[in-house]
Amino acid sequence: MSKETKPSVELRIPILKDMELVATNTADVIAKYMELSEEASGEISMALIEATINAFEHSESQKDIFINFTISDDELTIKVIDKGKGFDSEGIQIPDIDSKLKKQERKRGWGVMLIKELMDSVDYESGNDGTTLTMTKKKKNEQDN
Amino acid sequence: MSKIISTEEHNNFVVVKTEGYFNKDLGELVISLVEENVKEDKYHFILDLEQSKIVNSIGASILIEVIEILQEKDGSLSLCHMAPIIEKTFSIMGLTKYCNTFKSLEEAVAQ
Repeated sequence: MSKETKPSVELRIPILKDMELVATNTADVIAKYMELSEEASGEISMALIEATINAFEHSESQKDIFINFTISDDELTIKVIDKGKGFDSEGIQIPDIDSKLKKQERKRGWGVMLIKELMDSVDYESGNDGTTLTMTKKKKNEQDN
Repeated sequence: MSKIISTEEHNNFVVVKTEGYFNKDLGELVISLVEENVKEDKYHFILDLEQSKIVNSIGASILIEVIEILQEKDGSLSLCHMAPIIEKTFSIMGLTKYCNTFKSLEEAVAQ
């Protein structure tokens, strides 16, 4: 597969309520095709929900977002692309439930942390013309688990 | 569609069963229900997630608010029938430090 063009799936998702589930349904099908574990499939879906919601909310864009899945022998690469104003992923504070519970602090803000915890690699490229999140999940052999 | 499918009382607990995507809408339904019950001096809740297999962090964040409300009353939130990815998500967030978690409703009610 590696010498050929890698198979890919592209989605264009309108910024509408619960449309992140379109992405997770597609991810489920791809995970089954790749014979990923149930655990890995769940982690991909959860990360994708958070990435899509962040793209919806943080981009402040009325434009659709784009999700690209690229399948290879050993990993799944997902790009979530919005055409919003961009954001500084390095500037995001790591949330802490203890401080959120004790203070009158905003309870939200978990998305980036969850994505980083659930995926094997996560990279943001952001500028004035939008943000591209690239995340990967490696295909592990049974004996690796 | 996300919704609360039942609310029952078992022992000292209000058992809330949900169905569908645990998102902002469902989280808000749950917190409203908790607030109504707190007014009636009911402070111990079990959230049965057997029919909710998927969650987002906005719905989960509302559960933090629920915990906050119940802590003020020395109450409790227990969770049961969590799908593995929901359990993992809540664990990453630290939510499970502040909730009792159970495999089944029977175990949760018997705590």
